[in-house]
Amino acid sequence: MEFAFYVAAAVALAATVMVVTRLDAVHALLYLVVSLLAIALVLYTLGAPFAAALEVILYAGAIVVLFVFVVMMLNLGRVALAQERRWLAPRTWIGPGLLALVLLVELLAVLGPTPPVQPGAISAQAVGAALFGRYLLGVEIASMLLLAGLVGACHLGRRTTEGT
Amino acid sequence: MAALPLEQALVLAALLFALGLAGVLVRRNVLYMLMSIEIMLNATALAFVAAGARWAQPDGQVMFVFVLALAAAEVAVGLALLLLLYRRFGTLDADALSELRG
Repeated sequence: MEFAFYVAAAVALAATVMVVTRLDAVHALLYLVVSLLAIALVLYTLGAPFAAALEVILYAGAIVVLFVFVVMMLNLGRVALAQERRWLAPRTWIGPGLLALVLLVELLAVLGPTPPVQPGAISAQAVGAALFGRYLLGVEIASMLLLAGLVGACHLGRRTTEGT
Repeated sequence: MAALPLEQALVLAALLFALGLAGVLVRRNVLYMLMSIEIMLNATALAFVAAGARWAQPDGQVMFVFVLALAAAEVAVGLALLLLLYRRFGTLDADALSELRG
């Protein structure tokens, strides 16, 4: 299980680096799918099979498909690729990249030694019982948030006449 | 099943979060910035699940479900805004949004 964790973590990190650095949007999306699947495996090794299944179904399934639809609608071609190459010159990324690295080193330094994860998986039944027991109000608020997102996306996505 | 140290899952979450942060800072294309935000949300959700596994409580996974709902709502509105931006300005450059200044 430990071995699976390290392999999946390495795959997730490598795929995420590729997502951030790819020029072609579709290539970046494919690496994003790989990264999300690797994180799902990490979740499974951490004893959260329900979260792993949700990660595959919702992130790798629904959200990435949404991205793919948008990339199809944008219909980016070679011009966008050249523009992307121009934008991603070392001059532009070295500064923010170094600053993010400093923050990461600080964060890793703050993390002290911790006791190990308790073995054994947490079943979907326990998660469901907690979700519809103690966290019922949170579920209702999440449903309102999703409704607001739906209405907002519907409103923004509708075709309007020019100048309005 | 061998016990994993919690620290290493948190280090993985921190690394993924930093990569997403670097993506938001470095890329000028709004599409990539949205993808990087997804990576950052995913990293925080991973940290929640790892902490939940440490104490063998389902609460971590409950928070994971909430982060998932948040990410879905965020990406729906974000991509709708992106399409609107592309339709109006003909570019995905985040700097083009500076024209929104009043």
